[in-house]
Amino acid sequence: MSKKELEVIIATDCGSTTTKAILIEKKGDTYRQTFRGEAPTTVEAPFEDVTKGVLNAITEVEELSGRKILDGERIITPNEGNIGADIYVSTSSAGGGLQMMVAGAVKAMTGESAQRCALGAGAIVMDVLASNDGRADHEKIERIRQLRPDMMLLSGGTDGGTVTHVVELAQFLKAADPKPRLGASYKLPVIYAGNNKAHEQIKAILGDRTALIITENIRPTLERENLMPARHKIHDIFLEHVMQQAPGYPRLMKMVGAPIMPTPAAVGLMTEKFAKANGFNVLAVDIGGATTDVFSVFSEVFNRTVSANLGMSYSISNVMAEAGLANILRWLPFDMDEQDLRNRLKNKMIRPTTIPQTVEDLQIEHAVAREALRLAFDQHKALAVGLKGVQQERSISDAFEQTSSGQSLINVMKLDYVIGSGGILAHSPRRTQSMLMMIDAYQPEGITRMAVDSIFMMPHLGVLAQISEKASLDVFYNDCLVKMGTCLAPKGLAKEGQKIMDWEVTGSDGSRQAGELRFGDIVHVPFAAPKAKLVARPVKGFDMGAGSGNRVEADIEGGVVGLVLDGRGRPFILAKDPSKRRDDLNKWYKAMGMYPY
Amino acid sequence: MAHAYTPGLKVMPCTVLHKKRLLPIPGKVLASMDQHVEGLDIVAQTELPGKVFSVNVANRLAVGPEEVKGFMVKKEGDPVKKGEIIAENKPMFKWFKTSIESTVDGTVEAISDITGQVLLREPPKVLPIYAYVKGKVVEVTPNFGVTLESEGTFIQGIFGVGGETNGEIVIAVASPDEDLTPEGIKDSYKGKVVIGGKHASLSTIKRAIEVGVNAIVVGGIHDRDLRQLLGYDIGVAVTGTEKIGLTLIVTEGFGMIPMADYTFKLLSSRNGEKASVSGATQIRAGVMRPEIIVPGFPKNVNECKRDQGRGWIEPGDPIRIIREPHFGVIGTVKSLPSELTVIGSESHARVLEVLLDGGEVIVVPRANIEVLEK
Repeated sequence: MSKKELEVIIATDCGSTTTKAILIEKKGDTYRQTFRGEAPTTVEAPFEDVTKGVLNAITEVEELSGRKILDGERIITPNEGNIGADIYVSTSSAGGGLQMMVAGAVKAMTGESAQRCALGAGAIVMDVLASNDGRADHEKIERIRQLRPDMMLLSGGTDGGTVTHVVELAQFLKAADPKPRLGASYKLPVIYAGNNKAHEQIKAILGDRTALIITENIRPTLERENLMPARHKIHDIFLEHVMQQAPGYPRLMKMVGAPIMPTPAAVGLMTEKFAKANGFNVLAVDIGGATTDVFSVFSEVFNRTVSANLGMSYSISNVMAEAGLANILRWLPFDMDEQDLRNRLKNKMIRPTTIPQTVEDLQIEHAVAREALRLAFDQHKALAVGLKGVQQERSISDAFEQTSSGQSLINVMKLDYVIGSGGILAHSPRRTQSMLMMIDAYQPEGITRMAVDSIFMMPHLGVLAQISEKASLDVFYNDCLVKMGTCLAPKGLAKEGQKIMDWEVTGSDGSRQAGELRFGDIVHVPFAAPKAKLVARPVKGFDMGAGSGNRVEADIEGGVVGLVLDGRGRPFILAKDPSKRRDDLNKWYKAMGMYPY
Repeated sequence: MAHAYTPGLKVMPCTVLHKKRLLPIPGKVLASMDQHVEGLDIVAQTELPGKVFSVNVANRLAVGPEEVKGFMVKKEGDPVKKGEIIAENKPMFKWFKTSIESTVDGTVEAISDITGQVLLREPPKVLPIYAYVKGKVVEVTPNFGVTLESEGTFIQGIFGVGGETNGEIVIAVASPDEDLTPEGIKDSYKGKVVIGGKHASLSTIKRAIEVGVNAIVVGGIHDRDLRQLLGYDIGVAVTGTEKIGLTLIVTEGFGMIPMADYTFKLLSSRNGEKASVSGATQIRAGVMRPEIIVPGFPKNVNECKRDQGRGWIEPGDPIRIIREPHFGVIGTVKSLPSELTVIGSESHARVLEVLLDGGEVIVVPRANIEVLEK
């Protein structure tokens, strides 16, 4: 890479179906995303070489921008005039991403820490094994045998503590003799990040059967979690072993100017950078066809979860299975036969690329999306608990809280920003649809800004942030985020029609809006000013973040939707009577201008 | 001429197929290059390591883990029978004696002086790989298996449950839009591949299982019936390992949908012939659809198509609509406008005009059709 300042950057994200390339150019003092191209990913037969899709996507960028970036199959660096780029970076989730199995002695202690460690590194966690996970020993061994992960993380015990449980897990692992997913001839990488007193025993048991890597304990003491050394090892092995086995990746690794990151790890990094730069508590979600990723930064602690079987096409039927039909039907503003809904969702599962042609069909997908988002958020809340982050001391009482499944770090009243991505949120025909789907799924309280990542650029920007934080944040603010506006949702319950809040908003452009909010209503106020001052006066019994009945002044932002004043109360409960529920939904959807009727 | 890429299910009177028949772990290949095999011939075989069970000897004998080896009657690697003593203590008074018996037939896998556990492994299980289709070995993958080449009728369904099976084709309905009823399943259908029309209900499938039918092929089923049949909801379409007593293949989708006429006619032309059938479906990476393979040429066909379809559509091509509000309707492509069109849901999508049988023309997103490949 040239030592001169970055001016032209080419970045790709190799997804399971599509490889997306973006061109970033410095315009004056600011970096902007200027052109993009995409091509089908070429990891699978008949191509079996990821670089073909990458080159095709970059060729599209070349055609659109008029900039010559490729010299045959090589990226021209550095940029000179209208030729070349200063750096090429890439993320990858192709071929199923990074799939891991983790193990810990106690499920709620080291098991959970190991899970957080792997998820934060961008992995899909296929299973969590623990001495007390409720399965018989032979069932655990069978499970290890069945799954073929890319690597395994074995932890357990605090440093100097008892070695029995972790040695037992290692013996089960040896008995199962697990095979890696890719490359039948190489040994499965196993990262040991448990009790340091057990190093010799672990080496003796697993040394010859697996590619064993020993690193620092992820839980050196009961009250301290130390995830980074193991996360770095996961990343190293991802590059050294897993990527080397994937079709075309050794060549891709030679093309890039910075290490390839797993896509979710890059999105996580971008979420963290955004939260840190603004001092926000952030929730970011990527809802795909097969999986839903949730990222959060609360009180500077980053967490990520992936719900591997919650999605809008391949996994749509699983959303139905997990949420239950009644929970999907409750969002529909019309009556629908259960058998019809079941058949429709199964037909989407078996033909995942079809799209809704009618409003009714779109509403069904929106109903499923709410439930997928809600379930993935529930799973996230369950894991984003307790520990106060990497290398941070905790009191012993915190540790005990965690064992009793912990206090979730997620507090929707303190949530400042929600970022949605994935087809159903980023490409809904009307932005009001995306905003209300997220409000219904997350039920934010108080003041919450909302945006979508319209073309899923966060992976590219996350990997770029390793090289230039300024470039990634410039593009993030200017081109990546489509700001939708702000949701104002007083927490409390009242009788329908009762006044619950007075509000007034003054935009940076001088525009002013004011009004009152009644219980059971949604008020949608188109408001595009990028910055605005809010004054909200909730009535007694309602909280906007400063306590019951207390006035709140805050900076908010408008956007393509504007302000959504959600007077449905928190907790938000839909009417039990089907006809009242449908009337309510129709009223709210009409207030939001959601659908063309 | 305008054309657009579209996926489609294959319904081919005669084609040349290649089937990889490989073991999941290394083993012995039994078939040789150029050998002709029948569907039920074994082409490769391996031994799957037996299941492992643990016994906590230290706890049971109330001794420390490091002492366990001293109380073992069997050593690592020794064969054991179920009920045979593997460890015992040696008390001064024999009525205090505790003996630990093996819970399985197998071998002693490991004795741990750290955990005090003894691992017992059951004997290995033989895993044969059958040829599945009649054909010729055209490639041998050492230690794993073979690739077979076969010529014949090849029909893909959209979804299936149950694994590989074989049987004679029997047409059980008069037309593709007829329901396959329980009464339509005759006792003589035992061991056969039964072809129905638009639908098979739960009671029909149960009757077929009772009779001993090997496979049912129909246009549609209701998801509710599938749930009752399996006892759970299928969340992600990865199937093929279900053990419900038969293999079920749906050619069109969920609901009551007449089997495509062309598919029905082709299956009817192979009535009475032996077919290889698999319900295995996988819709994510490495797409796999259920299939019906009938070796040999159908009547009146004497040429085998080697190409795998051209992968795109053109005006005049027959297509099937695969989403509401016209789900299951069959027509022909009239035109493929290149500009994005606003559809009923207000999305901007690429569309095509479809000419229906009655002469009506409708507009459908290109994502919502599949070409009927012949």
